[in-house]
Amino acid sequence: MTQTSPDQQQDSAPRQEAAPARPRRALALISGGLDSMLAVKVIQAQGIEVEGVNFFTGFCVEGHTHAIRDRKKPKRNNALWVAEQLGIRLHIVDISEEYKDVVLKPRYGYGAHMNPCLDCKIFMVSQASLMLDKARSLANDRAGEGQGFDFIITGEVVGQRPKSQRKWTMPVIARESGADDRLLRPLSARNLDETLPEREGWVDRSKLYGFSGRNRKPQIALAQAFGLEEFAQPAGGCCFLTDEAYSRKLGDLWQARGRRDYELDDIMLLKVGRHLRPRPHLKLIISREEGEGQFLQGYRYQFASLETVSHGGPLTLVDGELADQAEAEFAAAIVARFSQGRDAEQVTVVWRQPDGVARELRVKPCTPEQVPEDWYL
Amino acid sequence: MAMEYQLDARRLLCPLPVIRTQNRVRELDDGDLLEVLATDPGVLNDVPAWCRINGHNVLETGTREGIIFVRLQIVRDR
Repeated sequence: MTQTSPDQQQDSAPRQEAAPARPRRALALISGGLDSMLAVKVIQAQGIEVEGVNFFTGFCVEGHTHAIRDRKKPKRNNALWVAEQLGIRLHIVDISEEYKDVVLKPRYGYGAHMNPCLDCKIFMVSQASLMLDKARSLANDRAGEGQGFDFIITGEVVGQRPKSQRKWTMPVIARESGADDRLLRPLSARNLDETLPEREGWVDRSKLYGFSGRNRKPQIALAQAFGLEEFAQPAGGCCFLTDEAYSRKLGDLWQARGRRDYELDDIMLLKVGRHLRPRPHLKLIISREEGEGQFLQGYRYQFASLETVSHGGPLTLVDGELADQAEAEFAAAIVARFSQGRDAEQVTVVWRQPDGVARELRVKPCTPEQVPEDWYL
Repeated sequence: MAMEYQLDARRLLCPLPVIRTQNRVRELDDGDLLEVLATDPGVLNDVPAWCRINGHNVLETGTREGIIFVRLQIVRDR
């Protein structure tokens, strides 16, 4: 490997090395899970100042459904919690709009479901790289104030995830994101080529780790060594797109609309309620409990809704047009099936348009057999 | 002179209220007051946590007529 100095590499930008000696600073991608937490700890232990960045894609699992469904249990944002435990500042950046390109046009394709993991990681590191560049130019403007970042760290571990964290993908992420050798993975660094922070002696490579594979024991042991007793261990990663049921609902949405696109409201609504598609042009989103009902209330000005009034029952949003009275009664009978009047002879359902115009429908609830399994998304 | 502002984050789910708070606070001066209104109960944890991390003061949290509020004061000189 050629040992180019950072000055040779960055000839267009004035170097901050000219400023008085200050602690080196790293920007860490914080997911809220254990690995990014450990990556920060390892680098902090070498005297590096660390700040965190957490990206909001819209698909983050981050407690949304809990926030909607279980309003009594205490909730927390794991990324904020981790930042507080680590004593670092955290920048939360909304990338949900730019992220559409990653989901809709992944250059490296999808994983097991609709998860574009490799493209996602490249995108997040490139966003962090952009921040690093912005912060670096800011630091050059305010030399000596020590506000810039010298490199990026992530909690990636070689071989841990089938798509995004394989040995051959690690350099791809570094290169395609533009971070190049300013991207350091402290937990796997010794399995990878030396990076700038190691070559320059900002960090001591011998004190970094060579974790690989899906075995979590080394991380658990390191957490214990750091005295970390509590940490989040998300089973399927941090993204709804790795969830089979969720990606099926997203695929259904695209098929029904005849185009691959989404708005933030669409992806929020896919997280909430039972989704039934009894007809190709018609989907019902039926709340499963009070919290979901309250959440769906907020969408009654965008969607037509159905609500049982003669009996306690869910709030249902209608995604698609109800063609006529008969189709509205058909949908209302399905909704009544999920109300406390499911065994009654007749249930009254209010069909309300987004503009507030409402009409009462009296229907006999569907029997379980009249709501076939393949309507459920 | 310190000013008082309000941020409407109702109907947004976390972390969006935190992101909106963060972005609004960037525009405010030391000593300014900001009241965040929200409907996601997660805000009662997340906005104070964000304030602690970034050194701002939380003056009051609570619920008024079903709407959650967090009042905070911006601290710039950290």
